[in-house]
Amino acid sequence: MTTLDKKNTSIVIDARGPRFSAALTVFVLASALVTQSLPLIVFQLAVFLIGATRGPQFTPYAFLFKTLIKPRLKGEFVPEDVRPPQFAQAVGFVFAAIAVAGLLSGVTIVFTIATGFALAAAFLNATFNYCLGCEFYLILLRARR
Amino acid sequence: MAQTTLVKSFLPILIVLGAATAYGLWYQKSRGKIQAKSISGKALTASVIGGDLGSRATLVQFSSAFCTPCRATRTLLENVVTDLSDVRHVEIDAETNLELVRKLDIRSTPTTLILNSFGIEVGRAIGAPKRDQVLAALAAIK
Repeated sequence: MTTLDKKNTSIVIDARGPRFSAALTVFVLASALVTQSLPLIVFQLAVFLIGATRGPQFTPYAFLFKTLIKPRLKGEFVPEDVRPPQFAQAVGFVFAAIAVAGLLSGVTIVFTIATGFALAAAFLNATFNYCLGCEFYLILLRARR
Repeated sequence: MAQTTLVKSFLPILIVLGAATAYGLWYQKSRGKIQAKSISGKALTASVIGGDLGSRATLVQFSSAFCTPCRATRTLLENVVTDLSDVRHVEIDAETNLELVRKLDIRSTPTTLILNSFGIEVGRAIGAPKRDQVLAALAAIK
C-alpha cells in the first residue's frame, strides 16, 4: 500500500523518551489532581501543546530525558515512530484544556474527570507501555465518518 | 480548616489509578493473543485485501499511523512468511480502508487476521502477536 510506504519515512525517536515523559506526566497530573492546582494543570497543558504541535521530542520532559537520563541508560536505542506519541500528546492536550476550563469556571467536577482521564492514559503508557493511538484512533475515525 | 489544606481529596486519584491498573492488566493479557474463530464468515478475496492469498494461509495485518507496535508486527510477520512459501503477509492501512475496517469490525491496530486457503478468517490477533503463537496458529491450518 502506497500510504504505508510513505509512513515508513517519518521521523524516528528513542521510545524510552516518551516513556520517561509519561512517568513525569503522571507525577505532574497526580499532583494537580489532588491539589486542584491551576498552575500545575496549566503547566502540563503547555507541555502537551508543545508535544502535540512540535513533537514529543521537544517538550521540557524530553529535554530532561536527553540531558539527564539518556546518558545514564545502558540499553540500546529503541526506535519508535514519532507520530503515535504525538497523537497521545494531542489527546492529552484536549483533556488538559477541558480540565483548565473546568477549574477556571469553578466546575471542579469537570476538572477532576478530565484530569483523571489524562492521568489514566499517562499512567497506562508509563506502566504498561500502552499505545493510545492503537486503541482510539480507529474508533475516532469510525465514529466520524 | 479544609480551605487551608493543599490536598483536596485523595479519592479521585485512588479511583483513577485503581481503574487504570485493572484495565492495564487486562490490556497486557489480551493484546497479541490469537483467538480462534469458528469458520462461518465470508471469504475474503485477493481484490478485497489488495494482495494475493497464500496457497495455504494469509496473514492480513491492519495498521495505522499512530501505532507503535504495527512496525514490530510487520517485521515479525514478514519474517514468518519468508520461511513459509505457502503463506503470505498483506498489510492494509486501516485509515484508507475504513469500509473494510467496519465490515470486519476492526477496532484497534495492529489487528491481524489469519485466513485459510479459501480466504476465510480462522483466527484473529488484536495487538502485536508473538512469533510462537503465529507459527502454532499457522501449523493448525492444513
